[in-house]
Amino acid sequence: MWRCDPLLTVNRYKCCYCGACVGVCPTMSLELVETWLEVSPECKECGICTKICPVGALEVKA
Amino acid sequence: MKCDVVVVGAGPAGSMAARTAAAAGLNVVMLEKRQEIGDPVRCAEGVGKRVLCEMVKPDSQWIAAEVKGARIYAPDGTRVVMSEDRAGSEVGYVLERKIFDRALAMDAARVGAKVLVKTRALELLRKNGVPCGVSAMHMGEPLQIEAPLIIGADGVESKVGRWAGIDTALKPKDIHCCAQFLVQDSTIDDEYCEFFLGNNLAPGGYVWTFPKGDKLANVGIGVQGSKSGSGVPVRLLKEFMKSHFPNGRVVEIVAGGDPSSGVIESATADGVMLVGDAAHQTDPITGGGILNAMKAGIIAGEVAVKAVSNGNLSKAGLKEYEDRWRAEMGKHIARSFEYKEFFVKLTDNDLNQLIGSLKNEDISKMDLRGMLRMLFKLNPKLLWELRHLVV
Ligand SMILES: Cc1cc2nc3c(=O)[nH]c(=O)nc-3n(C[C@H](O)[C@H](O)[C@H](O)COP(=O)(O)OP(=O)(O)OC[C@H]3O[C@@H](n4cnc5c(N)ncnc54)[C@H](O)[C@@H]3O)c2cc1C
Ligand code: SF4
Ligand code: SF4
Repeated sequence: MWRCDPLLTVNRYKCCYCGACVGVCPTMSLELVETWLEVSPECKECGICTKICPVGALEVKA
Repeated sequence: MKCDVVVVGAGPAGSMAARTAAAAGLNVVMLEKRQEIGDPVRCAEGVGKRVLCEMVKPDSQWIAAEVKGARIYAPDGTRVVMSEDRAGSEVGYVLERKIFDRALAMDAARVGAKVLVKTRALELLRKNGVPCGVSAMHMGEPLQIEAPLIIGADGVESKVGRWAGIDTALKPKDIHCCAQFLVQDSTIDDEYCEFFLGNNLAPGGYVWTFPKGDKLANVGIGVQGSKSGSGVPVRLLKEFMKSHFPNGRVVEIVAGGDPSSGVIESATADGVMLVGDAAHQTDPITGGGILNAMKAGIIAGEVAVKAVSNGNLSKAGLKEYEDRWRAEMGKHIARSFEYKEFFVKLTDNDLNQLIGSLKNEDISKMDLRGMLRMLFKLNPKLLWELRHLVV
């Protein structure tokens, strides 16, 4: 399916840059660079990371 | 840049590995992607005094508080107390990890390890398929570090293992999702660590308060990932604050993921050793991982010295690391994992019964293991599934 933006969104005002999401992502699509969480195009939008985030900063947009 | 060993990550695991290898004369480079080692903290900072002091000289600069013991609260409020001299492997000191982690890194630097901060490993370098270093980003510029041996000490986010073909991705049931507030409140008990259990309070985990002296405490929560949800830990922690520290002032916020997967299948690959959280060496029931990370770091550093000198850096050549960390902590982690798998299934009634059964027993001199054994004696039916663990 064609798309221009990843459907996983990071609320950077909420994110506490803890890296928990990075540890559970099965496709290694997340990378934490200091306070900046990068999402790569390999993201499958499986939503695992969104359920793990302790502060609710991640969301897969339907 | 060339060296004998490149260590990825400057937490307790990485710094102990770097220090051990450098002290024995190896040329060691340790990379840390953050610009400040140890900050932000992702930890409740509790450690057992005795084991810590076997590895490093205690320094008042990084000890925030010394605690006497631990109190455990059942969902119905029933309280039992364990004292420090035996509960010591879980509590003892509450550290100031921002200073502690930095001090360990400086100890490594002092014996010759080169420390590069704001330097992030991006992937493994390979020669004929065999790892031979890492490519990194050093302050925004590419940097290649060639080394026949790579120690992955990159914590819960670990990628070194995954690059080397070891699947370290954590399943939701095998990570505890944590939130923590550093709280100032006049009602804080400066002498005891406290643990609060309950399926509404902290599904599949617990709430803790670890005092840091002067009416300050780390008040945190760990929720089993499979029972958690987006933002659940911080929401539950706020509820706990309302009921237990309604006037508490929050002066710092911490979030984090704590591996609770039990023993991983392999912590080595050709040219690669994983240490600490990267190898899921945390205790699945308490979540404690600092001391195991340090122990594993020391073992990996010692094995690195031998392997580099004899030139056998294949997975087989690194088998001594695998054998030694499993002997040192593997059995304990495996057993704790079984306890965890059982305890996450208990209802609040079960928890009330278990903790209530200890009310008239003297457990003040017991450690966690001793307490579990006592629990089994008092509640054989409820704990029947665990009988093979209690011998
Ligand atoms: C909320 C919470 C509470 C906890 N409470 C306790 C407790 O009370 N007692 C206890 O013993 N344990 C506790 N733990 C566990 C403990 O924090 C960890 O086990 C411990 O920090 C592991 O040390 P480590 O060196 O393996 O990893 P870390 O301390 O996580 O260090 C890993 C380092 O690697 C760096 N890194 C990652 N990727 C790269 C890369 N690509 N390149 C360069 N650097 C990289 C990271 O920035 C980090 O500095 C807690 C954990 C959490 C989340
Ligand atoms: S788990 Fe949440 S808070 Fe932690 S780094 Fe990921 S998005 Fe940020
Ligand atoms: S949605 Fe799934 S694939 Fe995408 S970053 Fe999150 S865990 Fe990884």
